[in-house]
Parts: sequence; C-alpha cells; structure tokens
Amino acid sequence: MSQLVLTQLLAAIPNKPPQPENALSLSFRAGQMWGILGPNGVGKTTLLHTLAALKSPTSGRVELNRQPITQLPRLTLAQQIGIMFQEHQDGFPATVLESVLLGRFPHLSPWEMESEQDVALAYAALARLDLMDFAQRPLNHLSGGERQRAALAALMAQAPDVWLVDEPTNHLDLHYQVVAMGLLAEQARQGRVVVMSLHDVNVAAQWCSHVLLLYPDRPPIWGDAASLLTQDNLEPLYRQKLAMTRLNGKPLFVPVA
Amino acid sequence: MLDVKPMSLSSRYSMLLPLVILAFMSLLSMVFAITQGSVSLSFSAVWQALLGQGSTLNQTLVVELRLPRVMAGFATGGLLAVAGALMQILLRNPLADPYVLGISGGASVAALAAILLGIGGVFMSGMAFIGAVLSTLLVFGLSTRLGSTAPMRLLLTGVVIAAGWGALITLMLALAPPHKIPGMLYWLMGDLSYASTPWIAWLVLIPTCMVLMPLGRSLNVLARGPLQAAALGVNVKSLERLVFLLASLLTAIAVTTAGSVGFVGLVIPHMLRMVLGNDQRLILPASALAGGCLVTLADTLARTVIAPEQLPVGVITALLGVPTFLYLLQRGRL
Repeated sequence: MSQLVLTQLLAAIPNKPPQPENALSLSFRAGQMWGILGPNGVGKTTLLHTLAALKSPTSGRVELNRQPITQLPRLTLAQQIGIMFQEHQDGFPATVLESVLLGRFPHLSPWEMESEQDVALAYAALARLDLMDFAQRPLNHLSGGERQRAALAALMAQAPDVWLVDEPTNHLDLHYQVVAMGLLAEQARQGRVVVMSLHDVNVAAQWCSHVLLLYPDRPPIWGDAASLLTQDNLEPLYRQKLAMTRLNGKPLFVPVA
Repeated sequence: MLDVKPMSLSSRYSMLLPLVILAFMSLLSMVFAITQGSVSLSFSAVWQALLGQGSTLNQTLVVELRLPRVMAGFATGGLLAVAGALMQILLRNPLADPYVLGISGGASVAALAAILLGIGGVFMSGMAFIGAVLSTLLVFGLSTRLGSTAPMRLLLTGVVIAAGWGALITLMLALAPPHKIPGMLYWLMGDLSYASTPWIAWLVLIPTCMVLMPLGRSLNVLARGPLQAAALGVNVKSLERLVFLLASLLTAIAVTTAGSVGFVGLVIPHMLRMVLGNDQRLILPASALAGGCLVTLADTLARTVIAPEQLPVGVITALLGVPTFLYLLQRGRL
C-alpha cells in the first residue's frame, strides 16, 4: 500500500514568484481518489510533474513510502509512479500496441524481451479501453479521444501504485469519460493512489473522494470532496458565479452568466 | 481474452528472421563483391585465395586489393546507417542524418584542405576525423541554450552549418589548382579506393552495435519523446548524450574511411522502418547490415560499370537509393 506524502511543497510554476503560504503539506493515501481543481494556469500540471519527479520543486519535498522521490533511481520510480500527460507528444511513428507495450518498460531488464505476460497485460489494457481493433494502427492516425484512451491503456499496462493523471477526461465523449473515470476508481478501490487534475468540477464531485483546490490568489485547501465542493469554495476558485443543484445526492454545479 | 501466445512468439521470430536474412545477404554481397572487378573470379577461386591457395596473382587480388576494399565499404555503410538511425531517434525527426546535420561537411572541408596543402594518406584521414568532431561540437554547442537542446533547434543549426560547409567546399574547389580538382571531387563523392585500413571502421562498428543492443528498449521509449521516456524511467539526458556521441563517432569514422558517401544514413533506416516497423532492437542491427550491403554493392557497381575506370561510390548509393526510397514512400506506412 503506497502513499505519497507532500511536505511544505512549493511547485515551481513558470513565470510566477513562489508564495510560501501556498505550500502543500498533505498525504495521498492508497485507496483515495484525488482531484486537483483550479483555474487555467494555476499549476495543476506543474504539480503533477513535480509529484512524478519530472520537475524539481521550488522548496519542500515529496516522499513515496517515506523515501524522497528525488533520491530514488528513475527506473525504480517508474515502477511505482506512473503519469499520463495532458499533451501527447508526437514521437516517431508507432502502433497503438507498441506504445501501450512501452508501459511495461520499467518492469523489464535491458536484455529482456517483452514476455507473453507483458503482451497479455497490454492487450488487457487495450480491451479495457475498447482499443482492440486499433492495436496495429499507427498512433498518429487516431483521433484525440482515441489517443487519450491509448495513453490511459499505456498507464494501465505500466500498472504503477501511484497513478498521476493530467485531465483524464480530455477529448473523451461522455461514454468514454465514464469508462476512464471508472478505470481510475477501480484502481483506487484496489488500493492504489490516484491523483488527477480536472477542469470539470462535476466530474470531481461525481468521482473523487478527496479534492485539492488551487486558488489563484489565496492559499490552497484540501480534504474530503463532499465537504469542500461547495459554492462558497468554488466561486472564488474559478472567479465565476455558480448555481448548484443535487443529483443522486452529489452536487452539480452550473456556471451562471 | 485474445490468444496472445502466437503473437509474442512470432514477435521474437520476427525480430530474428530479418536479421538472419540480412546477415546472409551481407555475406553474399561481400563474396559477390570480391568476385567482381577488372578480372572476374569464380567463387572457388576466391575461396582458395582466402585460404592461401591458388595463384599468387589471385591471392594478391583477393587478399590485398579487393578484401580490404570490400570490408571498408561494408563497414562504412554500416556506420553511416546506424549513425543515421540514431540521429533520427535523437531528434525525433525523419530528416536527421549525419550529412544533413553538417558533420560530414566539416570532415569534407578538413579533408579538402589537406588535399590542397598536399597532405595525404593517414594525415588526411586524421584531418577528416578532426573536421567531423569539430563540426559536431560546433553544431551541438551552438544549438544548446541554457543547458537544453530542442531537437528543432539542433536540426536547423545543423542544416545551416552544413550549408556553410557547402559554401566553403565550393570556394575551395574554385580556388584549387586544376590538377588537384579530380582528387577533391572523388573524395567529396565518396571513394573507397584509398580505404586501406578497414579494421578501424570494424573496430568501431562492432562494439557500438554491442553497446546499442541493451539500449534498444530505452531508445524505443526515447522515440516517444523525452518527457514520456523520463516518466517511464529512462535517464533521458545521459542517454541522449551517449547517442549523440556514438552517432558522431560513427560518422567521423565513416567519413574518414570512405570520404563523403551520402544518402545511406538517411535512406537505410527509413527503408527498414517501412518494412520492419520501428523497434530499435531490430532497426539498429538491421541498419548496420543493410547499410553495409548497400555500400558494398554500390562500390562493386562503381568498380565494374565502366571498368577499368572507377566511379565514386556516393554517386551509386544515391542513384540506387533515391528511386528505391521514393517507391517505398509511395506505398509505405510512413
């Protein structure tokens, strides 16, 4: 059971002076499903990259199971922490299967070929995201939503303990939004840590157990989703007037012009 | 669940089979190249000469003249193709190639300067090597800003530097005394007739391929982009540095051995990717073999088409490579 502990963490957000009162001290625990909410440019992506040790923080530290992530070798880290990026880089042409199979990279030694089990895991991930028919297609021939699903499948094949996901519902139609969020919720139920950035507050209200609200002009707050997702907290977050209703016991927010 | 067993088995075979075929073709092309020339020899005559039997004339012809040249040609092709494949992964750009990046331009300028100054043989090779290394450092140094190198900036810097070398080459040719021009032109177009020390190229090619084998999977990840590679556990900075160093070394040795043989580094990796997919564990060794084949056969043609006159091998690689590449591009999956 992994946990990711942030101590006085200040992510290095480009073009913004660090503000000590914004430091984060919290734990992402196994079984929890965290949503990071905040307006554009507040640093959600930067925070996720910092948690994956792809970016050094301005100050503070991140520990995975009591070990600072900056001291773990990259490969060890990649066996335990996986991240899905918001922008999918256009690398060299590759098929969907090849790109998903690369998720197994951290688990294999340099001389090892992918085993039957690795291939089976890749196919299971493809099946889970309805990409079986796309396995042999070039990645760059896919639509935005299909690429998003392929990226999620790669993360599923990587099977890390900590899932960092930047905007999981981007480009996805309503059905696949539910598929994607269902997959993440399942990971959390199985005892993994799931941390995602979200631009849709209703997706967070529907699926997340915990939320972290990053404000543009005041210190962040975090905790239980049900108690934090209120009009009073969210209106200053987006600097937008909201109306709220309830659906099946969960809050539903609509912007009011 | 899908039946995955045949898939993973076939993937192992599908990696080995092309390499076995290419290795066989390599051997065949080398033997064929040795039999061809101003005097055609039979396979058995070549075999006897290699074993130290048969006429002294045949032995001299095979062991001292043709074998070194064929070996040099093969190694040059292998070096160039692997260098090209590495550069393309490093820059994630299909256009990258030692020649496009100006590395061979630097070597050419240095070699032509050596010819103009009347320096020949080993010293000229040394100059070409230094030229290649300097050009590499120049391109890399100029394109690095604040410790980071964007692929596009590296590519553009290389292209511009290559153009600069091109202008210098033209200038040197314009100013050169007429009797030196044929030698300079031959060097520019690639020429294996002076390649007397093929073992240096082999000494670089074989260990490099060994080093690259366990790196193949990391390179596959790097081909998806540096951020993704870092997230999957690759030490991107050190890997990129190593790849660039190796690619530069391979190019420098190739240019030193055979002069400026264009096109191999650009075309061979792409041809193979179109046919075999883009797994670097397969593409890198396959590039070494296929590049070797191409230059070996091209040089055989160069020696025999208008024998006893010889053509520069670079002309043949381009004349063979251009139509083949365009054909594959038309129907390929790039």
